Amino acid sequence: MSFGGTGPMTRHVVVEDRKWLDDAEFAALIGLCQALPGANTCNLAVMIGDRIGGWSGALVALGGLLIVPLAALVAIASAFAELSRLPDIRFAIAGAAAAAAGLVIGTALKMARTLKIGWRAGAFVALAFVAAGVLRVSLPLTLALLLPLGLAAVIWEERR
Amino acid sequence: MKDDLLASLFWRFAAISLVSVGGATAVLPEVHRQLVEETGWLSARRFADLFALAQTAPGPNVIAFSLFGWELAGLAGLAVVTVAALAPAGLLAFAVSRALGRAAQSVWIARLKAALTPLAIGLMLASGFLLTQAAGRNLPALIVTVAAAALVIFTRANPLIAIAGGAGAFVAAARLGLA
Repeated sequence: MSFGGTGPMTRHVVVEDRKWLDDAEFAALIGLCQALPGANTCNLAVMIGDRIGGWSGALVALGGLLIVPLAALVAIASAFAELSRLPDIRFAIAGAAAAAAGLVIGTALKMARTLKIGWRAGAFVALAFVAAGVLRVSLPLTLALLLPLGLAAVIWEERR
Repeated sequence: MKDDLLASLFWRFAAISLVSVGGATAVLPEVHRQLVEETGWLSARRFADLFALAQTAPGPNVIAFSLFGWELAGLAGLAVVTVAALAPAGLLAFAVSRALGRAAQSVWIARLKAALTPLAIGLMLASGFLLTQAAGRNLPALIVTVAAAALVIFTRANPLIAIAGGAGAFVAAARLGLA
């Protein structure tokens, strides 16, 4: 039921509905998930599942998060494969692709605005964009170069 | 032959999983680099279309990768890519969660987050840039892209509205002979 991202909905279910975690614990776990690789929601499902039911809880939580979306995805993809010969459907997909590009850009800009990006962070946004989007440097190399620099900048900023 | 493809998909996505800071959208340029530029398995256009199609299904964005697997190798491809994209990061999350216990807040996690967040935003902008190029450099596409971005920035509307609106606008424009 989580179109286009799962954050607010997840908090509602985990904190208010089921009371698996309180707000501070939820914020701490989300922060941890954001610092780790992987989809935030999937990481969170693993961590909460583990706390409630151990490793099998983690597996069940991750499976539960994905089974319905994957089934829906297969249904949608199959339907479009059948219909893609129709010109209208091809135009519709082109329009949807243009919109999806806008959604990605909008989400990034909204994050930047919410976090009140300063000079230090702004510089790293630009560096990551140029490396991945313009120069097409591989992600491992981009991170190997920019993450240590970014950490150094954060610590330098703390000490001022 | 197909086993080779599946094995290659598995190792590629397993490696991507371990560097996927900021989630699926932030690693999209890397997936694009590998599937479109390096191997030529997907055209840039097909890549963007499949990503858009995945946005119409509910759930985390990582299922877009599952759809790439489906396109390249059917149900087996979907299963292999989904497991490969999730297992390494999931195991790491599991291990770190156990190791830290309830003490999930530490100064180093805060620093790591502060350093990673701008990088993730820059990577997401790079994703948007690549998808915009693939969606075509014409006026209707540009208008739809800008409108969708504005919808996300200025409203709390469901993103599905933007997808449906973009699709509808293009069909209408084509019917009216504008595109």
